[in-house]
Amino acid sequence: MTGPFEEVVRVHGGTVLRVCRAVLGGGDADDAWSETFLAALRAWPDLPSDVNAEAWLVTVARRKAIDEVRRRRRHAVPVGEVDAIGGDLLVAVVTGPTDRDLDLWRAVDALPDKQRRVVVLHHLGGLPYGDVAAHLGGTAAAARRAGADGIATLRRTYGATQNLEGTP
Amino acid sequence: MNAQEAADRGFAADELRALHERLVVRAQADGLLDVAYRVVESPVGRLLVAAGESGVLRVAFEVQGHAAALEDLAARVSPRVLEGGARLDAVLRELDEYFAGTRRAFDVAVDLRLARGFRREVVATLPTLRYGATASYAQVAAATGRPAAVRAVGTACALNPVPVLVPCHRVVRSDGSPGRYAGGDAAKRALLALERGHGPLASSAVQA
Repeated sequence: MTGPFEEVVRVHGGTVLRVCRAVLGGGDADDAWSETFLAALRAWPDLPSDVNAEAWLVTVARRKAIDEVRRRRRHAVPVGEVDAIGGDLLVAVVTGPTDRDLDLWRAVDALPDKQRRVVVLHHLGGLPYGDVAAHLGGTAAAARRAGADGIATLRRTYGATQNLEGTP
Repeated sequence: MNAQEAADRGFAADELRALHERLVVRAQADGLLDVAYRVVESPVGRLLVAAGESGVLRVAFEVQGHAAALEDLAARVSPRVLEGGARLDAVLRELDEYFAGTRRAFDVAVDLRLARGFRREVVATLPTLRYGATASYAQVAAATGRPAAVRAVGTACALNPVPVLVPCHRVVRSDGSPGRYAGGDAAKRALLALERGHGPLASSAVQA
């Protein structure tokens, strides 16, 4: 990517915070937000310009937030089960911005606008459809349909079996 | 992030601003803040001031386009560009003092990497022009050893990446009239008037 990173934070900061808060509460979500943008800042110059920045950031944010939950569980801090968190993970294993699924983010970038936003927020970010609808406007049912259409398109463009069925 | 954008996303603007500030501090600590910038009010309009690790890279007048200046920094220096950071405190303080009439020379380091070749040579000679003095484009051309390069000196001044800090406003026409300025002709007249001891620049000195 060659554009100023400040623009990325300005445009996507709110969405990333929403994704972090879907997994974690309060101060922990803030930490995950910081870790996400630091990792993104580190990787930004090397990220190809044709990937969808929002999809990439949301994927990183989701992983950073879940890492934080696991870290807390190891330290016996009571938290909710990771598996009980809403949404289906579209990408099985992405541990950071250097472990990329570039083809997926390119395919997401090619989706129509509404489908792309829903796929990013629900399937990558893990937000329930109700929250997605509150964020984008429209009803939860309409968001669900747009998400289903987006996933159908991704099955054709990105591949029939690649990680589209959620975590293994 | 403006208030409307934040409200659209359901967050208070100050929450995201606080997170952003933390990010800038962390980025600086981790060596990831390649370009820090701020936009400040000044008597010659809003100025964008950007600095790398080794000095001030860019001062851009509003009429030059701040968004374009940031795109240029991202493309030619590094896309790791963030707004804010303590790195800019010193240069902004010196600019305040300059506009208040209490500073005659800048002490902060400048990084001239955005000027290349002969243009950089020209820009590098300009700090020898004293506060309150002027030189003609022809005199500057002669000083660089290329007396015929008068037009190229004009171009170099127009493309000076760090105006005000490096005083291209002190280069004027041979007849003594101010001539053109990247920040607008009125800004050049205002800076020359300030340096002639006409007192500190009021914020209304230049209509942006």
